[in-house]
Amino acid sequence: MASINLLIAVCLIYVTFLFLVAFAAERAAAQGRGNWLRSPLVYTLSLSIYCTAWTFYGAVGYAARSGMEFVTIYLGPSLVMIGWWWFLRKLVRVGRTQRVTSVADLISSRYGKSNVLAIVVTVMAVIGVTPYIALQLQSVTLSLSIFSDPTGTTDGGMNLVSAGFWVALGLALFTVLFGTRNLNANERHNGVVIAIAVEAVVKLVALLAVGIFVVWGVAGGLSEMMIRIDNSEIGQWQVDGSRWTALTVLSGAAFLCLPRMFQVLVVENDDERHLHIASWAFPIYLMMMSLFVVPIAVVGLDLLPENSNPDLFVLTVPLSQGQGGLAILSFLGGFSSATSMVIVATLALSTMVSNHVVMPIWLSFQGHGATVSGDVRNVVIFARRVSILVIIALGYLYYRVSGGSGALAAIGLISFIGVAQFLPAMIGGIFWRGGTRVGALTGLLVGFAIWIYTSLLPSFGPDVVLSSTLLEQGPFGIGWLRPQALFGIKGIDPTVHAVLWSLLLNTSGFILGSLISFPKPLERLQGAQFVNVFAHSGHAHGWSGSAAQSEDLMVMAQRILGGPEAQKLFRREAQIQGHDRYLPEPTPDFLQRVEREMSASVGAATAHAMISQLVGGASVSVQDLMAVADESAQMLEYSNQLEAKSSELLDTARQLRDVNAKLTQISVQKDAFLSQISHELRTPMTSIRSFSEILRDGNELKPTEQTKYASIIHVEAIRLTRLLDDLLDLSVLENGQVSLNSARGTLADVIGHAVTTTQAGAAKSIKIDTSGLDHAIELHTDLDRLAQVFINLISNAQKYCKSSEPELSISALKTENVTCVFFTDNGLPIPIETHALIFEKFSRINDQDGSGAGLGLAICREIMVRLGGGIDYVTFEGGNRFEVRIPN
Amino acid sequence: MKKRVLLVEDEPNIIEAITFLLSREGWHVDTQKDGATAVKRVRELQPDLLMLDHMLPGKSGLDILKDLRSDDQFKSLPILMLTARGQMRDRAEAEAAGVSRFMTKPFSNTEVLAAVRDLMRN
Repeated sequence: MASINLLIAVCLIYVTFLFLVAFAAERAAAQGRGNWLRSPLVYTLSLSIYCTAWTFYGAVGYAARSGMEFVTIYLGPSLVMIGWWWFLRKLVRVGRTQRVTSVADLISSRYGKSNVLAIVVTVMAVIGVTPYIALQLQSVTLSLSIFSDPTGTTDGGMNLVSAGFWVALGLALFTVLFGTRNLNANERHNGVVIAIAVEAVVKLVALLAVGIFVVWGVAGGLSEMMIRIDNSEIGQWQVDGSRWTALTVLSGAAFLCLPRMFQVLVVENDDERHLHIASWAFPIYLMMMSLFVVPIAVVGLDLLPENSNPDLFVLTVPLSQGQGGLAILSFLGGFSSATSMVIVATLALSTMVSNHVVMPIWLSFQGHGATVSGDVRNVVIFARRVSILVIIALGYLYYRVSGGSGALAAIGLISFIGVAQFLPAMIGGIFWRGGTRVGALTGLLVGFAIWIYTSLLPSFGPDVVLSSTLLEQGPFGIGWLRPQALFGIKGIDPTVHAVLWSLLLNTSGFILGSLISFPKPLERLQGAQFVNVFAHSGHAHGWSGSAAQSEDLMVMAQRILGGPEAQKLFRREAQIQGHDRYLPEPTPDFLQRVEREMSASVGAATAHAMISQLVGGASVSVQDLMAVADESAQMLEYSNQLEAKSSELLDTARQLRDVNAKLTQISVQKDAFLSQISHELRTPMTSIRSFSEILRDGNELKPTEQTKYASIIHVEAIRLTRLLDDLLDLSVLENGQVSLNSARGTLADVIGHAVTTTQAGAAKSIKIDTSGLDHAIELHTDLDRLAQVFINLISNAQKYCKSSEPELSISALKTENVTCVFFTDNGLPIPIETHALIFEKFSRINDQDGSGAGLGLAICREIMVRLGGGIDYVTFEGGNRFEVRIPN
Repeated sequence: MKKRVLLVEDEPNIIEAITFLLSREGWHVDTQKDGATAVKRVRELQPDLLMLDHMLPGKSGLDILKDLRSDDQFKSLPILMLTARGQMRDRAEAEAAGVSRFMTKPFSNTEVLAAVRDLMRN
């Protein structure tokens, strides 16, 4: 007797093993060694997630209750696979060419990329699959309970509800770990697929092992087994034609529409040829899965007590025979079935939820920036993880509400009917160009409403959601609205009833809605793309069966390529075709050539779309239009960039011109300055050299001449020295290298010092009047530099004031911020036109004797700028006035 | 009859020096400080030699040179130009305008006298 603890340990080891397999597969795929991962065998085995715990356990129960009818569940998918050429091939091709990620994506994409449809399908799928997930929870908990109560007669000695919770939690974590470790751009999951394939093998081996044990170990061989079957009730059950048909259609539909099946069939499909092999390999797998269902059911009914749960015969038969190991293998088979289904189903659903519900909402909150930033992937992964948890939580909730009561097969059928509602929109979508968004939406909503009303709600049992009165007499006593006998048609099996009405009204709604609504251009174009998928994807840009008129083609080509170019192209083609004088036939080759020529001018997509217009509207795909839009957008973007660039360039050019002008100006100024300096230096040098040579060579010079020439040399040497001093001073001031020594002192002291300095050894004297000076004025500045300015101004006045009684008056005015000192003489005013020049270097106004270099006032200006003040020449009646401003 | 030289120069000490040198060589030296009236002075004096400073108040030595050379009367007048500006361009411009000799200040006395003798010989 296997203990629960042992079972849990086995489960954990098994899950770890699967995880390692998945991990290894993903690593192999990432390293490019994953070719074997995508073999037809793996593809076929991955399809086995169709066989869930329901099939594993429930098929035997189904057989025990309803005889051979369980076969229909295998028959539908087998027929779909065998008839793959008709529908599946097209579905897979559409899925691959349109890069479809889910059922919701397929339907929304087909009907004009409608987000509303995507959300409706997503919600429907979540609701439809929820019972199915509940079913897996139920089967795992039930099977666990068997090991504590092998008879299976009661709910066992353990708490089923809490067990269900832990199973749900375990499955959720498992799925999150498996499915959302990373985000694949193409929504393919190598690791998951390979794990499913392993699980497919485990469940097949387990079921075969139990079957072989039952036939040869319990019944005693094939012939004895056949006798037992003949004697049992199963062999005598009648085949109900309507139920068989309905169930076969239903299982076939579910096989195509279940989100998890769509995931493995279409999304994970790597090569259409795999489908070809799976078309016979998968029915064989299903056949092997069903091979021993009847023997196990018959033996179970024989061996076990009357009230045993037939859904658990696969476990209870080996257990009752003391085959603990076989029972554990069988448990693992059931566990595999449940886990693989839950993983893929929740993965598929979470993709739909995150892509069609969460992301659109998130993006609308983020604005445009989000599509370019890098954190979208994290958001997607997070959305998927949360979706997974929510979906499994919903399954658990359904399990709790429905009480885990119904037979496994019944719950499975409810799910099947729910998802089968996608079928009309799917088939219509890829076979009928007339299908519209309105039609699809109508059909889906009608079918889904009927499913909820006739199948889902009644499944909870009377008085849980729907009251028993409503079930028996209809809402408000309206008999023809009874959930299980719509329109007064009574006596049909509830399942058949639900399938019939939901699919019938769904299909009608789809067709009617499509006929009365007018499709948008995008729907029309997507419709063409889907319905004509083979024509498009086979040779996407080839032209065939053209109805294009050569004249039209010529007109268009001329418009795009220009007259001579187009005529040359057409003439050459006509020669190739062998009729010189006429326009060439619009053969597919020629059309392609024209398209290629045109695409060089207008872009590939535009060219394709234009040719399509001539050849026939059917060939314009959404991709073509999108590409046109993209190209125009790119061109617009490009032209905007060019415009920006060109204005940038203009700006740069303007700046360069400015800089160049400035440099030229500076260069001119520099040349002028150098010429000036050269002149100022060479002039005294010339006198010095000339007279020194005269003195050197002159032995006939008179003593007076000797003295005179020597004193010229002396004066010129002093002039030269002063010039050099001034130049150095100016260059220091202009380069800002001067260091100022601020100190406190009175203005009167500074002026007194300047007056004393200038009057010592001055050639000419000038009367200096400082009576108007306020002796209280204090200064805080570089007093030596300020004195230099004053000395300059006073000595200028001394030199240049041409007046009979030269006089200079110095006065001052202190305001809040500044102290102004005025130097006013009574000489001839400087001509007005030279006012602007006096502070410039080498500007010698009125310098008749040429003793100054014209740097004095320039130096004064520089000093005052350094001191934070200024110096200006002020127009003054009857003389010259300089104003010196010193900051307080 | 002494040869006449007109010295157009605004620096008093340089005038003094050149006057001394050329007088000793037997020249009659006339001087002119202002550039603006220099050409008129040349017409009046009809000197045998013109010594011309480049930088003058009123009118530049170069402009005076151009004015004189544009007059047939002074096409062959020996003109010795002296400049303190030291710019290569000045020399090129003066030569293009037809200067007879171009010298840079400060000059050596022997150089100047040699140049004057040379100009007079041709």
